[in-house]
Amino acid sequence: MSFLMLLASAAAEPAAAVAHEAASGAGLPQMDASTFPSQIFWLIVTFGFLYLVMSSIVLPRLGGTLEERRDRIADDLDQAADFKQQAEDAEKSYNQALAEATAKARAIAADTREKLNAEIAEIAAEAEHKSAASLAAAEERIASMKADASKKVREAAIETTRAVVAALIDETPTPEAVSAAMPARANA
Amino acid sequence: MIDLYAAGPMEQFEIVKLIPLSLGSLDISFTNSALWMVIGVSVATAFFVFAARGRALIPGPLQSVAEIMYEFVADMVRGAIGSEGMKFFPYVFSLFIFILMSNLLGLFPTIPGAPHGLHTFTPTSHIIVTFTLAMLTISIVIVYGFYKNGLGFLKLFVPSGVPLWLLPLIVLIEFVSFLSRPLSLAIRLFANMLAGHIILKVFAGFIISLLGAGVAFGWISIFPFLGTIAITLLELLVAFLQAYVFAILTCIYLNDAVHAGHH
Repeated sequence: MSFLMLLASAAAEPAAAVAHEAASGAGLPQMDASTFPSQIFWLIVTFGFLYLVMSSIVLPRLGGTLEERRDRIADDLDQAADFKQQAEDAEKSYNQALAEATAKARAIAADTREKLNAEIAEIAAEAEHKSAASLAAAEERIASMKADASKKVREAAIETTRAVVAALIDETPTPEAVSAAMPARANA
Repeated sequence: MIDLYAAGPMEQFEIVKLIPLSLGSLDISFTNSALWMVIGVSVATAFFVFAARGRALIPGPLQSVAEIMYEFVADMVRGAIGSEGMKFFPYVFSLFIFILMSNLLGLFPTIPGAPHGLHTFTPTSHIIVTFTLAMLTISIVIVYGFYKNGLGFLKLFVPSGVPLWLLPLIVLIEFVSFLSRPLSLAIRLFANMLAGHIILKVFAGFIISLLGAGVAFGWISIFPFLGTIAITLLELLVAFLQAYVFAILTCIYLNDAVHAGHH
C-alpha cells in the first residue's frame, strides 16, 4: 500500500513542481518575452557566423573535393577504356600475325613438298631410264645369242644331212643344195 | 543518505543570464541559450573545417562523414527544388546543421554539480528561436519569390484548373495555409524538443524520487532508468528527424518561390 502511495507521489512530484512554478508566476520559460531579444540576437549572430563559415569555406571545399573526385573517377574510367582498347588492338594484331605465320609456314611446307616430289620424280625417271637401257641391251644380247644358236643348229643339220646323203648315195651334196632343200622354216 | 534533489521538468528551459549586455533599450545579455548556440556552432565549425582541410581524394573517416552530410543535404535540395535550387544549398545546409547541433547537444546529460547557468540547454526548445528560423525561411521565400517571378509569385495562391466559382474559397485557403507555414515549422520543432525533454526529465525524476524513498524502493528505480535510456535513444532519432523535417520543408517552400508558376 505504501509502495503505491510512493509511486504516486513520485509521479506527482514533477507535476507539483510545474504547478509551483506556474503559481509563482514563472509559467513556461518559453513564454517569457523579456528573453526574446537576447535569443533572437544571439541566434542571428551564431547562425550568421555558421552560414558564413559554411558558405565561404566548408561547402566550397567539400564540393570541390567531391567534384574533383568525380572528374578523376571519370578520367580513370576513360583511361581504363583506352587500355582495354589497346589490349584489344594488340590481341587483334597478335592474331593477325599468328594467322600470317601459319599461312607462311603452310606455304613453306607446300613448297618444300613440291620440290621434294619433283626431285623424287626426277630420280625415279632416271632410274627407269637406266633400267630400260640395260633391259634393251640384255634383250639384244639374248636375240643375238638366239640367232647364233639357230645358225649353228642349221649348220650342224646341213653337215649331218651331207654325211647321211654321202653314206646313202656316196655323193656329197654341196651345203648350198642342202640348205635349199631344207624348209626355210628351220631358219627361223 | 545522499542528498538527492529532483528539479522540476521546466527548470531545464529557464534562461539564465551569464553576461548582462544591452543594445540601446534591448536586453541582449549572453545567456545559457546563447552559450549553447555558440557551443553548437563552434563544434560544427571546428568539425567541418577540420574534416574538409585535407581535401583528400580518398577521404579519411572525418572527411567521409562531412561528405555524407554534404551529399545528404545536397540531394535533399536537388530533389525538392532541382539544380537551380542549389543557390540555397548553403542556407539549407547551415540550417540543418544548426538545428541538428542544437537538438543533439541538448541531449547530453548535465555534468553533476554544474551551476544552473551551465546546465545542458537546447536552444531549439524555445519557440522564439524556432519561430525566428521559420520566419527567416519564409522571408527568403517571399523576397526571392517576388524577385524571381514579380507579381507572378501570387499565382502560388491560385491553383490552375479550379472552377471560377470555387476560386475565392481556394485562394482564401491557400493564403491561410501559406500564413500557417512559419507557425507549423516553428511549433513542430519547438514542441518536439519541449515534449522530449519534459518526458526525459519526468522519467529521470522518478529515479531520484525512488532512490530518495529509501533502500527498500531503490531497486525499483531500475525501471525508470531503463525508460530514460529508451527515451534518450528515441530523442536522438527525433533530434535528427526534426532537423531533417525543418530542412526538407524549407526546401519545399523555397521550391514555391523558384517555381511559382508551375502549380
